[in-house]
Amino acid sequence: MVEGIPSIWRKIPNRYRLEGNVCETCETAYFPPRVVCPKCRRKGKLVKKRFSGNGKIYSFTKVYTPPTGLELDAPYHLAIIELSEGPKILGQIVESDDKKVKIGAQVKMVFRKMKEDGNAGLIHYGYKFKVID
Amino acid sequence: MRKVSIIGAGMTKFGERWDKGIPELIAEAGVRALVDANLSGEEIQAVYGGTMAAGRLVGQEHIGALLADAMGLNPLPSVRVEAACASGGVALRQAYLSVASGMYDIVVVGGVEKMTDVSTGDATIALAGAGDIEWEFFSGATFPALYALIARRHMTEFGTTEEQLAAVAVKNHENGSHNEFAQFQNKITIDQVLNSKPIADPLKILDCSPITDGAAAVVLASSDIAKKYTDTPIEIIGSAQASDTLALHDRESLTSLKAARVAAENAYKQAKVTPKDINLAEVHDCFTIAEVLAIEDLGFFPKGKGGIATLEGETALNSKISINTSGGLKACGHPVGATGVKQAAEITWQLRGEAGKRQVDNATIGLTHNIGGSGATAVVHIMKRAD
Repeated sequence: MVEGIPSIWRKIPNRYRLEGNVCETCETAYFPPRVVCPKCRRKGKLVKKRFSGNGKIYSFTKVYTPPTGLELDAPYHLAIIELSEGPKILGQIVESDDKKVKIGAQVKMVFRKMKEDGNAGLIHYGYKFKVID
Repeated sequence: MRKVSIIGAGMTKFGERWDKGIPELIAEAGVRALVDANLSGEEIQAVYGGTMAAGRLVGQEHIGALLADAMGLNPLPSVRVEAACASGGVALRQAYLSVASGMYDIVVVGGVEKMTDVSTGDATIALAGAGDIEWEFFSGATFPALYALIARRHMTEFGTTEEQLAAVAVKNHENGSHNEFAQFQNKITIDQVLNSKPIADPLKILDCSPITDGAAAVVLASSDIAKKYTDTPIEIIGSAQASDTLALHDRESLTSLKAARVAAENAYKQAKVTPKDINLAEVHDCFTIAEVLAIEDLGFFPKGKGGIATLEGETALNSKISINTSGGLKACGHPVGATGVKQAAEITWQLRGEAGKRQVDNATIGLTHNIGGSGATAVVHIMKRAD
């Protein structure tokens, strides 16, 4: 699937720099940013927040059958990461020994190429994660 | 609100139906349901249909009009409902509401999906649209991967094993072997599941429901006129739906689907029954772990005990509770938009006592549980033989 250029452009702050937001009323942090705080609704006040990229693995899998376009990456580790600021995020785990990929392992965000739209199309970048010792 | 009953049910053979497209599949199922309900067609006032991804899978949109056209039911109003893999169940509920409200007396509801015209990779992408495209699919998530993340947490929190998950597939293939409409009618063993090709660890290919073509249809009528058409109307005594975050990672827990719990609670309340009263259920086993979650979320087994209960045979045909007598999504097949309607057709046949070798003894109350995506939509129906 080819993603449109404006769609990629508008998500650059989130995908490149992990920008989300936080509700000043209930102090819940969100990634990606939400337009409405589901806990406070009209009483919520959302302000921009950049996440550190540090967190730990909440659950993980190794994907052997990838979607079209990611064949060369398979098999790859995919995990739900609990960021140290609270929200959970889904990302690939790269450059990490299989044995180190486990629930509770500490990870940090790395900036990586995600995929490309054919030989002459856009190259997409974004966040992946790496286990730190 | 008026009471509503199912007066007719029909489905196509599920499988790789290279010989049929969407119009032929839905017409085959629809005509069977109409014949089953002893209708000529003039009695029907509206058409509802569930389809998830016809646009991506065959390039066809405007499925509402197509359904009425293919079934020869123009100029009736016809609505296509999309709720990912719960499209069929939500279409059923919309049809139910239209009759319960008094707007219509008789409506037909169908579900259809044509999935084998594209490659597995492209079907995987189409199905990924049931999750969050921007924040799950972008990072390389597939549906098996999302359910694998659920499975890993369930195994960690409750000690569920791969063998227990395999037992779900083995049981559903056993049931499917007695269903002439099932995609897979072969029996399998736990070892075969455990040794099958890895898809997204810990899930293997035999933990996954297949890519399927097929359609199903049921006819709904106001209960006060249902006996005019059938001796055994099946009354829908509970209908509830709930939603949750599109992305799996945004949920507080991965080991239970909150939308399913909320929908079940509301359906039980409306039906004035408890989980103990349910004789059989068709639940959404898109992956083996999904059936474990389902039987826990529906209150049939305590949290964390669904896997061991399955391995010990408590969900087999005519055991404590008969789960997925049709073979479920795993063995009967999973044409996504058709699944929720097929579940209702199976419960209808079971409650009428027409299920042949897979018949549940003394079946009086049945339940359907249909999930969209990784749990962002859940729809539960409870049905009872009306006599």
